[in-house]
Amino acid sequence: MGRLLSLTIVWLALLALLALTIVASFVLTGPFSLVAGLSIAAVKVVLIYWFFMHLREEDGLTRLMAIAVLAWLAILLLLTVADYATRA
Amino acid sequence: MTMPAPARPEEPYVSLDQQHHADKLGMFVFLATEIMLFGGVFAAIFYLRLTHSEAFVAASRALHVWIGAANTAVLLSSSFAVALAVAFAREGAARHARNCLLAAVALGLAFLGLKAWEYASEYGEGLLPLNPASDLSDLHQLFMNVYLIATGLHAIHVTIGIGLLGFLVMGLGRGHLSLPRRAIVIEIGGLYWHLVDAIWVLLYPVLYLAR
Repeated sequence: MGRLLSLTIVWLALLALLALTIVASFVLTGPFSLVAGLSIAAVKVVLIYWFFMHLREEDGLTRLMAIAVLAWLAILLLLTVADYATRA
Repeated sequence: MTMPAPARPEEPYVSLDQQHHADKLGMFVFLATEIMLFGGVFAAIFYLRLTHSEAFVAASRALHVWIGAANTAVLLSSSFAVALAVAFAREGAARHARNCLLAAVALGLAFLGLKAWEYASEYGEGLLPLNPASDLSDLHQLFMNVYLIATGLHAIHVTIGIGLLGFLVMGLGRGHLSLPRRAIVIEIGGLYWHLVDAIWVLLYPVLYLAR
């Protein structure tokens, strides 16, 4: 039953992070607020992928497949930003 | 608790390991296409946030932060239920697995119910398009359009996910899914649900908590 316990801990951690991000939104503004919101969300997504989506049990190839999309996503976002950021 | 049945891979695989890999890789490739779909929506959101920070923050403040928070908790809990279902399925505990999936379906429906209530009150407040009484600024309208597309697209995915989980519940109920041999089917279906959850986890702070 150690397995169920670790899943329960992950669930509680996710709820705690949700509370944290809401508190952060009341305290921080501007870029700090954006960075805090995105960082906390990133930690939550990593927890979901690693535990709920079983990546921690998989080998390197499956883990690579799961995160390879980040490379394509980076191209999409970087080229979009490069366009808008360099417009006169 | 039954022990794993003498396991043989399905056609055309030569080993269980190979089959497991193929199942996982195929699903993650599919999920990658979903991530790219939402990636475009996020690109639009970030562009709006960076070019019109003040209007974006003002529009974000007008959203229902607490309904969004409740919905985040609901989806996180439903993901937890699906993760439990997989853990039980692997042990061959079909009844427990089925109950967990049913709980996840119920939470998914609760999410849609809260979202519908939220849309309805936003419409009443003149925040959503097509309300003749609405007098939003252009930028506020733009934000609400992006919000509607992002959350609407997500809600469609939640609906599909509920159907998928319902399908698994039926499969378990009728004994089509013999466990633990076919636990992988629940695992793969679960991956979709977790991704939909993860996308909401990103949408929530970006849309609701911009300050």
